[in-house]
Amino acid sequence: MLRVEGVESGYGRTTVLFGVSMEVPDDALVCVMGRNGVGKTTLIKTMMGVIKASRGRITLDGRDITDMRSYQRVRAGLAYVPQGRASFPSLSVRENLQVVIETSPHGVAAGQAALDEALDLFPKLRKLLGRQAGFLSGGEAQQLAIARALVTRPRLLLLDEPTEGIQPSVIIEIENAIAHLNATNGLAIVLVEQYMEFALRLAQRYVVLDAGRVVAEGATEGLANESVRKLLAV
Amino acid sequence: MGSLLTQAFTGLGIGATLLLIALGLTFTFGQMNVINMAHGEFIMAGAYTAYMLQGSFGRETSLLVSLPVAFVIAGALGVALETVLIRRMYGRPLDTLLVTWGVSLMLQQLARDLFGAANVQVLTPSWLVGGVHVAGVDMPYARLFIMALVAAAVAGIWVYMTYLPQGRRMRAVMQNRQLAACSGIPTARVDRRTFFIGSGLAGVAGVALTQLGSVGPTLGTNYIVDAFLVVVVGGLGQIRGAIIAAIALGVLDAYVEWGTSASFAKVVVFVAIVAFLQARPQGLFVLKTRALT
Repeated sequence: MLRVEGVESGYGRTTVLFGVSMEVPDDALVCVMGRNGVGKTTLIKTMMGVIKASRGRITLDGRDITDMRSYQRVRAGLAYVPQGRASFPSLSVRENLQVVIETSPHGVAAGQAALDEALDLFPKLRKLLGRQAGFLSGGEAQQLAIARALVTRPRLLLLDEPTEGIQPSVIIEIENAIAHLNATNGLAIVLVEQYMEFALRLAQRYVVLDAGRVVAEGATEGLANESVRKLLAV
Repeated sequence: MGSLLTQAFTGLGIGATLLLIALGLTFTFGQMNVINMAHGEFIMAGAYTAYMLQGSFGRETSLLVSLPVAFVIAGALGVALETVLIRRMYGRPLDTLLVTWGVSLMLQQLARDLFGAANVQVLTPSWLVGGVHVAGVDMPYARLFIMALVAAAVAGIWVYMTYLPQGRRMRAVMQNRQLAACSGIPTARVDRRTFFIGSGLAGVAGVALTQLGSVGPTLGTNYIVDAFLVVVVGGLGQIRGAIIAAIALGVLDAYVEWGTSASFAKVVVFVAIVAFLQARPQGLFVLKTRALT
């Protein structure tokens, strides 16, 4: 589905990723792992077009999306939940979702149906539709962020550290939702995650980054390998 | 008592004029963080639009026709400025200040070349001549017209921002541009629309100002600093803050000027603003969230 081939990117003159290549097969959940500062978030931002790739190529179902803007990548089938539970703080929860539905590549009716499915996944959000997003708790804000990504009916979801700073009971809800989306809906997912047990329970494949390069990849059973665990400093 | 009320009405009139000019800036400066010094020249463009149209539509109707036409002309100038220059400078407000200052000087010179250096007059329609006398206060129709225009503009903006999808997109982009783009919102298109509306409102303000005095190339420059102060005191991007700030500054100016002079009133207003911003640098209103920052 998604192929990243020899991608280099970074911030200004500082290169962070050096020739990164990886593949996300159809329906797969791939976890990107590594220590702090190795380029995981940079990689996911480059996939989404937030950061431009200075070299290499990114394709989605064979279609070159390397030079597409972020909003065009959403129309092509990507969705992104950034690190930090970002939202539009002065908009209500309903408006946060509505504003995305109104530009949904599949039309408002399909967006509305996707919204209903997302609210079934996170029923707590139904009670919070009128609340200003800036006043949500961390867990609620993360659920909103995932729901907002889902209303575009993506084919590939990019999730950046969805468990960061979230209480354990909400992590379980998020884990169940991700598992459902991947297993039942067949949604391909790239998950950037430091919480290794969480990632291991969900992902079928992994990619480990170190200093901006892919240093290990494979099926998640391989993560039991001591040499891979050393790379993750766990 | 009558004099006190007269000054209150005068202050409201000054406040309404300031607010009409500042409304456009709450979009371009308050929401997009672009210090557009050419905003004053968009006001001037609106005023000259009224001057040009009075020949075609006559004294009685030209003012009303000028309002939408000036909105479109000033809005188009704003879009051109955003597309050609400002788009390359988002996140660099000081650069936008310098560049748009240069653009404002060019537009002033263009106005001199087109209309001459001397000021011109826009005729007041007969239905705006005179005024009403209420509770010992003379209320000129021209001032009442500007107040009504401001009320209509504020109501229109509120409806647009609250109920229309385009307004929601605008709020989303201004609050988190990157997230908006990653949610499928074409941010460049939203930026253009925001600039169109902000600049268009300056054009409407220009038409209104023709009823308070003559029209010249530096018409907008005379108001631009006060309008920026209204936006800063009100809180960046906060329409209700701009409303309160404009009225407060207008009324303060009117009352101080009543007992002293126009220059002294200006000094007092500036000192009051500096003191206020020392105590509350974020302005009257600020976006509240659970986050610490």
